[in-house]
Amino acid sequence: MAYVAVSGGEEAIEASIRLLRYYRSGSDKDLDLEALENKLSLLVDRVMGEAGFYSRRYAALALKQSEGCVEEAVFLLRAYRSTLTRKYYSTVVNTEEMRMVRRISAAFKDIKGGQILGATYDYTHRLLNFSLAREDAPALRESVRQELEAQVPLTVEPCTRVSSELKGEGLIDSCPEDDANPFDVTEALLEFPAPRSARLQTLARADTGFLSGMAYSALRGYGLAHPTVGELRTGLAELCVPYPLDESQSIYVGEILITEAETFTEADDKDRLKLAVGYGAVFGRNENKAIAMAILDRELEANGPYPAQSEEFVLTHGDSLEMNGFLSHLKLPHYVTFQSKLDAVRKTRGGKA
Amino acid sequence: MDNNYNYAFLDEGSKREIRRASLKAVAIPGYQVPFGSRELPIGRGWGTGGIQLTLSLIGPGDVLKVIDQGSDESVNAVNIKKFVGLTTDVKTTVKTEEATIIQTRHRIPETPMKEGQILVLQVPMPEPLRIVEPREEITKKMHAEGDYSPMWLLLYESLIRYGRITVASEYPCLVEGRYIMNPSPIPKFDNPKLDGADCLFLFGAGREKKIYAIPPHTRVIPLAFDDVPFEKESFPGRRCRLCGSGGTYLDELFDSATGEKYYQCSDTSHCQEVRGCI
Repeated sequence: MAYVAVSGGEEAIEASIRLLRYYRSGSDKDLDLEALENKLSLLVDRVMGEAGFYSRRYAALALKQSEGCVEEAVFLLRAYRSTLTRKYYSTVVNTEEMRMVRRISAAFKDIKGGQILGATYDYTHRLLNFSLAREDAPALRESVRQELEAQVPLTVEPCTRVSSELKGEGLIDSCPEDDANPFDVTEALLEFPAPRSARLQTLARADTGFLSGMAYSALRGYGLAHPTVGELRTGLAELCVPYPLDESQSIYVGEILITEAETFTEADDKDRLKLAVGYGAVFGRNENKAIAMAILDRELEANGPYPAQSEEFVLTHGDSLEMNGFLSHLKLPHYVTFQSKLDAVRKTRGGKA
Repeated sequence: MDNNYNYAFLDEGSKREIRRASLKAVAIPGYQVPFGSRELPIGRGWGTGGIQLTLSLIGPGDVLKVIDQGSDESVNAVNIKKFVGLTTDVKTTVKTEEATIIQTRHRIPETPMKEGQILVLQVPMPEPLRIVEPREEITKKMHAEGDYSPMWLLLYESLIRYGRITVASEYPCLVEGRYIMNPSPIPKFDNPKLDGADCLFLFGAGREKKIYAIPPHTRVIPLAFDDVPFEKESFPGRRCRLCGSGGTYLDELFDSATGEKYYQCSDTSHCQEVRGCI
């Protein structure tokens, strides 16, 4: 009978889930979480960032569970996050104090504190390295360890951002210090115009591809002129929470790897020009996302006619869970609404319903 | 029941927040109350607003029915029932009159609902004015000022162009003469069931983070002009192939072997009751 197609849902779902097991069973080799965490770390960073949930191990587990699908992994972590009690807000993190592993400026050759190229694929030739197809992982690890041990470690001193020099010169607006608790978009509906903290949080959690595309559109003429990356830094930032018995004290709870970007764009300052700053900060080493975020922060501040400058447009369409959830719902049956559409279309054509 | 999770999945604080938003929604019929929508293990856009309402309301004494497209056995309905069951062990039913809470997508049951029953509707796009204005900042002002002229204009233009109003499902209605409300993507056929009903209607939009309500005995009028009355979908001369009903919303189906078109009740449990199967 034809109507079987719309019933028997329970057995169909069970069979579908069994098929997913089949797809995950394609090889005798297990996907080891330790290997995933450490050798697909940029993917792990991306998933943690879009999930708004910092756990390398759980991000690796989510990727394993979802055949490496980024949006599914983000989905798993977000749902898990919903079950956790939020115990604290961390104290304000001063990212000038991060332990830097990379720091570059496209604005100045020489900057206070110096540039550190660090690890980047930027200057590699993107040639497939066929020797990696058969790699001796323990030997690789050992040779890197020996190389490290043979070196004398340099200390990297914390340093102020490039923008603080320009602030001193009056070229960039200085804002008063504001350590109020940020607006939390995970606890309340984002309303417009949005406070900047809500904007930054939403951008930091947004889908990487969405942010890149939006920022790219702004660079290509659907927005302000070409910004300059004043500073891009990656490092480990310490997190502390207030000590419950004495609010003036805090407890160190761990450190997170973040990438931070600042972009400079020229802007009107009455009859003169000034430099306007865009800010981006994301989990892990996700540099293009941090830069895209900084660009969009500035575009949204400027406000204007283009999509990348429309706060409501950018902030409501970039969440991985929301965009993919709504797109995928189109696969659900729409028999009733489609019947209603058919009725409306047929009636305008003079036919019978 | 999975004891690793709190009863009804969400923590008690979240459930309380959702109930508070629901109470506000009941107090201002048709007004969209914002809330801190939680992320669920179910797809955002797959009914998470409705599920959060159900989870916030449900207790051991409840009897739950879940339908999608009018059917209890549709994959999505089964999936949602399974999820609620995983964390509550609540009794479920397919009979409309037995349920205390019915969660639904795209339909209101054919069997009239009674006092004490709650119909939870899943809402993809809660904002009825979205079809005339994409910006939330502006639609909020339009609601505040009761400025619904672009909506009337849309209906009028459709009338001029096609000789009839062509809005299909999600037909906007005016609640107690104040707010225009999106009844969720139910067919126009179901709109009149919202007016002066004995039960409570709760609408949840998870992705859009809004809750709204129609309390019992509320006036809910589909938008229409004095000289052009509201018109429902109609199935002239058609009857359900299984139960023979003529006054129900029908699904149009094609026989998988012969390709022949036939009709069947969209509300499967109503159809089964008429046939005496349940």
